[in-house]
Amino acid sequence: MNNMKVLLNGIVKENPTFVLLLGMCPTLGTTSSAFNGMSMGLATMAVLIFSNLIISLIKNLIPDMVRIPSFIVVIASLVTILQMVLQAYVPAVYESLGLFIPLIVVNCIILGRAEAFAAKNGVVNSIFDGIGMGIGFTIALTLLGGVRELLGTGMIFSFPVFPENYGALLFVLAPGAFIALGYLIAIVNRIRKS
Amino acid sequence: MKKLKSTWYNMACVLTGIALVAGAALAFVNEMTKGTIQELKEKSEKAAIAQVLGGNDVNVQQVDTVSFNDCKFVVMNAGDKGVAVKSVDPQKASFGGGLTIMVGIDPNGSVLGYSILETNETPGLGAKAAQWFQKGEKGDIIGRNLTDGELTVSKDGGDVDAITASTITSRAFLRAVNAAYKAYHQTLAVEENNTDGISGASQQNNIK
Repeated sequence: MNNMKVLLNGIVKENPTFVLLLGMCPTLGTTSSAFNGMSMGLATMAVLIFSNLIISLIKNLIPDMVRIPSFIVVIASLVTILQMVLQAYVPAVYESLGLFIPLIVVNCIILGRAEAFAAKNGVVNSIFDGIGMGIGFTIALTLLGGVRELLGTGMIFSFPVFPENYGALLFVLAPGAFIALGYLIAIVNRIRKS
Repeated sequence: MKKLKSTWYNMACVLTGIALVAGAALAFVNEMTKGTIQELKEKSEKAAIAQVLGGNDVNVQQVDTVSFNDCKFVVMNAGDKGVAVKSVDPQKASFGGGLTIMVGIDPNGSVLGYSILETNETPGLGAKAAQWFQKGEKGDIIGRNLTDGELTVSKDGGDVDAITASTITSRAFLRAVNAAYKAYHQTLAVEENNTDGISGASQQNNIK
């Protein structure tokens, strides 16, 4: 398969958030601001690329009946490593994401791609799939975080656009996440179909 | 290479092998990052002490550790500059649990400053506590005198504005501030050999 095609597949055609609707928990939970959404997207992308790489390398060593526990151990180790590295070298991101970092383990995009792509394809293709899906997820989270931050507090990336008093707090809270995500999915679907 | 068959032997070997490799990788990264993480923690704690006591050349003269209500307090006495109290609450009092704050209290019992060291509050909501109660912000507690009684949020009859949509965090935070003051008093009480050292008003004379 063409690498560019694999890459674009993750960003547009099979965007994990807007099209596959995978990983809804971190999507709704971490996007209270554009920065949080973007950090979460990038952290997930890092794990996704490495998990795809490792799983495509060892796919023939893993008997079918134990593949899920094997994948989960690989993913959980990668996430823990990521958490320690972030804590040591990028404390700002570590503090803003807090308890959402360990939850990357149970992000179904990562297990989903391991199962649906990396376990069936070669190493290079799998890395590109990880990058593509990661970028797609990051764009979606940044967009959703940006919309929620703008409507909720009148800022984007903490840069004020309009006074905070006009913001609807609802959008920073959980219901706003559902509303904003619903509208974004509708808009993306409209664009994809035309 | 052909895929391995799902026999008991293969499965046991593969799972053990993966677990061993993963464990080794984790141990290696932990060993690598341990020092830096510890350094960062100590650095941010030092910075927090300086910040909450409002000065750079803070000299901690005495450190006491007090525990009550399942919480741990480290009282760092800096003489006439006041005390910095680190309050570690491992319980689920706050929304995410595990709230650790540092409060600076001057010898008269006024809040000099605070800093949040560790928090698991929701980003964008409870995590706002880092700014919310600072000077000039909506829930300003700086300069409030803790000898006048406990600080509580307006919903509980107090006069501190809670963080919008994060009352639980605000309550936990104020509880930690009040408890920090209580811990400070307990250390004074031990020094003065005074058994009745916990209640606020009766202790006033003992503060030097």
